[in-house]
Amino acid sequence: MYAQMIKSTGKGIKSLDEMDPEERAFQERIDAGGKIEPKDWMPDGYRKNLIRQIGQHAHSEIVGQLPEGNWITRAPTLERKAILLAKVQDEAGHGLYLYCAAETLGVTRDQMTRDLLSGKMKYSSIFNYPTLTWADMGAVGWLVDGAAIMNQVPLQRTSYGPYARAMVRICKEESFHQRQGFDIMMKMANGTAAQRKMAQDALNRFWFPALMMFGPSDKDSVHSAQSMAWKIKMNTNDELRQKFVDETVPQAEYLGLTIPDETLKFNEETGHYDFAEPDWEEFFQVLKGNGPCNTERLAARNKAWDEGRWVREGLLAHAEKKRSRKMAAE
Amino acid sequence: MSSPESSEYDGTEAAPHGKARSTEWPLWEIFIRGQHGLSHRHVGSLHAADAEMAIKNARDVYTRRNEGVSIWAVEASAIAASSPEEKGALYEPANDKVYRHPTFFDIPDEVGAM
Repeated sequence: MYAQMIKSTGKGIKSLDEMDPEERAFQERIDAGGKIEPKDWMPDGYRKNLIRQIGQHAHSEIVGQLPEGNWITRAPTLERKAILLAKVQDEAGHGLYLYCAAETLGVTRDQMTRDLLSGKMKYSSIFNYPTLTWADMGAVGWLVDGAAIMNQVPLQRTSYGPYARAMVRICKEESFHQRQGFDIMMKMANGTAAQRKMAQDALNRFWFPALMMFGPSDKDSVHSAQSMAWKIKMNTNDELRQKFVDETVPQAEYLGLTIPDETLKFNEETGHYDFAEPDWEEFFQVLKGNGPCNTERLAARNKAWDEGRWVREGLLAHAEKKRSRKMAAE
Repeated sequence: MSSPESSEYDGTEAAPHGKARSTEWPLWEIFIRGQHGLSHRHVGSLHAADAEMAIKNARDVYTRRNEGVSIWAVEASAIAASSPEEKGALYEPANDKVYRHPTFFDIPDEVGAM
């Protein structure tokens, strides 16, 4: 989801009998629904996978502020502006909850930041698409946050304690995000012809990128099995994508908007919608750095980091000066 | 199919949690007390240059929706914690002291609530 294509370091899944006693006890604890906490023994692969996954998730929250931040100064009313500000501030908070969960695994915040800025660590493909009109704020909240919720709700039960707890906080706040997006879509869809057209255009552009958020099809997703055994992935990509489509189609119908997929059809037999797969070649290109906004997003993060340097260093120097003065006075 | 997996991410090495890092602001653990008389509860951590800033940041990160009326910020390196290996020695002795629970004692019904 916000973490796509996490490569597993394990060499296939071992059976309980193949594991040494430590690893076996670890797996049995997970199988029994227990939580793993920072100081507990864990396989190296579990730790590395989680650092990648939580780190990528955190980076997505942070980079995800950029497409929406783009509209704060141009929101149509003061109320919409205040709401959007609160939403973007939440995204920063979500990034911070996740960074601190990743830090309990032994990686430093600076290391993760450096790896984002150098392009070594990824963030979700969705944030490499531009937000061209105000209706995109609606589509992002409704579809992008909607898709994120599909993935994040089950992750509240993930095996790693700090990650699960961060997810609980995030899920509580995420529902506001999706609703505010749908609220914007309702307003636009019930507005003037031009506003309706903008809403439809936003749906057209965000539908397939939103479907891509769940990652490649299960048949091409080779790293899922180990992550699912470790309960750091709770559902397969296709399961979540189907769930998202099933929930979203009726919402689009309510809005009177058309999902840009001519093959979309309710299947009486399965009880689910049949739908077209996104263009996976586009997905891989975006992940590789060739999406419409990859360069711009990374440049914005690098600029913020570089230009904030004197603040970080200055405040640290000030804190140290205060500390040494206090010690001298005592 | 051009797969991004060729650029596998594997560079991050584990470093001891909470250890002082040269360029990073120190890590603080944040505890929040809610409105209804419960004690302070750990909610997460954050980075800040000093205690004052830790409390300001905690207010922004952890109390955006009236979650608390009091904040404690403790530098992570100042926390002493028990280790999982000590679990047996620390907690197992309590297992055979069931008489510490009131349900250990049978009180006849005619005595009434106790």
